Amino acid sequence: MVGSKHPWKAWLYLSPAIILLLIFTVWPIINTVRMAFLEGYNSMAVAGGAKFEIGISNFTNVIKYKGFINCLTNTMLLCVLTVPISTILALVISVCLNAIKPLRRMLQTIFFLPYVTNSIAIGMVFAAMFNMVGNNFGRPNEILITAGIINNIIEFFGGEAINWINVGSTKLANMTVMVIYIVWNALPFKILVLLGGLQSVNKQYYDAAKVDGTSRFRTFTRITVPLLSPMITYVVITGFIGGFKEYSSIVGIFGEKMGPPGTNQSTNLNTMVGFIYDNLTNQQGRASAAALILFGIIFVVTMLNLHISKKNTHY
Amino acid sequence: MTDQKFLVFEKNIEREKSRQRVMRILVQVFLYLFLIIMALIIVFPFYFMLISSVKELAEYRLPQQTLWPNKIVFHNYVEAFHTANLGTLFSNTLYVGLVSTALSLVITVITAFAFARLEFKGKNAMFAALLATMMIPGELFTITNYQTVSDFLGFRTLGRELGSGDLIAMGDWKNTFTVLIVPFLVSVFYIYLLRQNFLQIPNELYLAAKVDGTSDIKYLWKVMIPLALPTLISITILKMMGAWNSYMWPQLVANDEAHRLITNGLRNAFTTTSGDVNIPVQMAAVAIVSAPLFLVFIFLRKYIMKGVSRSGIKG
Amino acid sequence: MKVVLENVTKIFPPRNKREQEFMAVNNFTFTVPDGKLIGLLGPSGCGKSTTLYMISGLQKVSGGRIYFGDNDVTNLPAESRGVGLVFQNYALYPHLTVKQNILFPLQNLKGPDKLSKKEMLERAYQAAKLVQIDELMERKPNALSGGQQQRVAIARALVKMPGVLLLDEPLSNLDARLRLQTREEIRRIQKETGITTIFVTHDQEEAMSISDMIVVMRDGVIQQVGKPQEVYDNPTNLFVAKFLGTPPINVFNGEVKDGQLYIGGESVLDVGGVANQAVTVGIRPEGFIPAADGRMTCNLTNLEIMGRDASVVATHPASCNPTVRSIIDGDCKIDTASATVRYNLKPHKVFLFNKLSEKRIIFSAQENDDFITAAMKKKYVKKI
Repeated sequence: MVGSKHPWKAWLYLSPAIILLLIFTVWPIINTVRMAFLEGYNSMAVAGGAKFEIGISNFTNVIKYKGFINCLTNTMLLCVLTVPISTILALVISVCLNAIKPLRRMLQTIFFLPYVTNSIAIGMVFAAMFNMVGNNFGRPNEILITAGIINNIIEFFGGEAINWINVGSTKLANMTVMVIYIVWNALPFKILVLLGGLQSVNKQYYDAAKVDGTSRFRTFTRITVPLLSPMITYVVITGFIGGFKEYSSIVGIFGEKMGPPGTNQSTNLNTMVGFIYDNLTNQQGRASAAALILFGIIFVVTMLNLHISKKNTHY
Repeated sequence: MTDQKFLVFEKNIEREKSRQRVMRILVQVFLYLFLIIMALIIVFPFYFMLISSVKELAEYRLPQQTLWPNKIVFHNYVEAFHTANLGTLFSNTLYVGLVSTALSLVITVITAFAFARLEFKGKNAMFAALLATMMIPGELFTITNYQTVSDFLGFRTLGRELGSGDLIAMGDWKNTFTVLIVPFLVSVFYIYLLRQNFLQIPNELYLAAKVDGTSDIKYLWKVMIPLALPTLISITILKMMGAWNSYMWPQLVANDEAHRLITNGLRNAFTTTSGDVNIPVQMAAVAIVSAPLFLVFIFLRKYIMKGVSRSGIKG
Repeated sequence: MKVVLENVTKIFPPRNKREQEFMAVNNFTFTVPDGKLIGLLGPSGCGKSTTLYMISGLQKVSGGRIYFGDNDVTNLPAESRGVGLVFQNYALYPHLTVKQNILFPLQNLKGPDKLSKKEMLERAYQAAKLVQIDELMERKPNALSGGQQQRVAIARALVKMPGVLLLDEPLSNLDARLRLQTREEIRRIQKETGITTIFVTHDQEEAMSISDMIVVMRDGVIQQVGKPQEVYDNPTNLFVAKFLGTPPINVFNGEVKDGQLYIGGESVLDVGGVANQAVTVGIRPEGFIPAADGRMTCNLTNLEIMGRDASVVATHPASCNPTVRSIIDGDCKIDTASATVRYNLKPHKVFLFNKLSEKRIIFSAQENDDFITAAMKKKYVKKI
């Protein structure tokens, strides 16, 4: 490293970044904490010249708020469902991809395809695939024009059409659609990382296992997975962080209402981030408290994950 | 140890050989079958989007969805282009993407250079602090940033009091391109990425340049930037994709006709995703919006993958 | 169990259009006797590791056959051959403890060979004791020294009681002191278990010191096979002569004229029975006897006394190397002030090679040598 004779030069180079960071990163951190701990803080009251007590009522109010509980459970549910499913599926696909030679590059490209998409736009495609056109679903006077391609496929295999996202659809059906979409969307990144990890595993471990007559399954569970554990940890952590910040994929499928027509804020699919956005313009105290809770959850989950994976891998 | 030697030879070697050959073929068949089915599931939404976009509405409303259009029509594209006013959206998005990418690259390069090559007090502490901010979810910043751009440094309030329209304009950034560009110019992750890249370039080159009396800027331009070009290309692509896919912030601060970005335009034009809506037109719109992403994917896949595998963030 | 290789050949296909196919091993024919320790020796890239991997089954042969005992294993996959293989970097599973690493091959056994937990542990501890690592069973490989990792790798290879033990450059990752110690260890373990063992090395000293037999390879072709001392004393060609021995053999340009060997104009040795021709001469460092009336004259550069022995560094205009190094008895008196040193040569330490083919030419003084095998005599004496 070079000892520069002009330290001001370094600061000159850094100044644009520092100024922007101070305004748009550092100040928001301070201000969010400030607003979260000023009881009942909101911009209308500020304009009216109100003074706020320091306290934790923003947090307690948020937690008691019915809409927030719905957002929290939705977010948790999506995380708990999509992260394991997408991780296991990505792992299996990566291992299979790693075991073939012809067509590998082509398949790899296909599996990466969902990554370069606009989650709002492709969400609309998924919505169309699950959408039924008709009226009065589930009632005696039901009129069904088309049940949608997914229902057509289900019917082809002898199943019955399901109301996935239309008026009167169940939350279970809504959630299923969300999980399918989010998993589909999350696979490319996970496959990319895991396949990269697999390709960097020393081939000699597999040679050694082969000489010892290890079965494929045992090689997978006893060698591949443990050696891959740092990558698995990485995709699980990023998966959880992404999962807790889920928002735009739901907007893509259900629109700004965050649910099928007829649902309200305690029955729709709104998430933590959605809650923050809902309160961002008027109820800054409440939004700040929710943002800090979100940060807390992400932080705890990340630490927990790191702790667990550290316990399991000592190399 | 002699009595147990070569248990395997007590078996019939020929049978063992053919059994293993059959097993190997079976495993390969299974692998390909699984991967191809998964690949079909992955590409199906894209396929559905394309075929639906060229169907007549009447054909789309058939009880049994056709897997290949009976009649291929392109008027959905024309309609989509007009309905969503895609021309303006395209040019807005391109403008914001190009300007923010260019400015962001300059800031990223000089900041990364300072952190990689110059010596100044508190460098390591500052870099660590910078990295720490990456852990915080962006939504936490959004709350305050929304306030900041509504009344930048209090100019709007001041302008109101003094009755100065210029000051109000300086303070109120909403519904301008500035608000879409400036808050996201500094990306800690890109700075980190580029700094790591710069650090790999031997310091001797810098010393040699100093001895020859080369200025920092010239050295940056002539040596470091060419050597770090792949990373810079990755950053450029991801940043452009970010502009293309951004939704929440523009929705919040610049949702007027003149400044609306493509994703928001798409969502606003087709607010209803379920029920009896004109899905062929929606799919045509989605296809138009997705096309540039696919072009980027086809030609620059290598750079995207390289950037992505290290980030875990989308755009 | 003996291992027979019959015309084993390995051809690697070209990796791209510009490359040609590469013959890594060419017609390798050799029988490893039961219970012996064999060293495959050669410079890097000579095909020795490829040969080892073909024996293990990890590499397929392109031609020829491999037998274990009387069984043809040529097309048998690695997992069914029952060999123990120790990799150059040991390939110990980093996430498993030493004990789990050693148990690993046993846990793979299925059907009638399946062992109970107790039997497995017994066998693992037995193997660990053999290589003296039974104290380290709960550690992870990263917490072990290189030498200890090496032992774990050997234990893991031995625990399934293989018919053949294969070691790929077993000492290359160890420091000099450990290397000496470990090679004795390998010899001891091999003797104790009596398992036919083949190891690969590029270090001739290592191969010579512990092998029952060595196989010298070059460019995929066997150069010479024999007991280490035999090969050292009677190299069949210049390559083998140069490859074995430290310090290395001194090489000169010489000429045979009327039964006399001339090096740089001096007649240095009687070599009866060799036709007049230009030859390449190899002289082992211990083949020089300093004498005031010696027939060979070198320009003295330096004298290094190393206790028992002394090493004389000299130059000679006809030498192919920059210096001529000889090892002489420490008691010999050399006048260091003198500009030259004169030697007589020991006939059995002087090797003549054909200038073109680099094959050995036997001269009359060597015909009755103990080490000249009947085959060699037939081959070379006939030509004289």
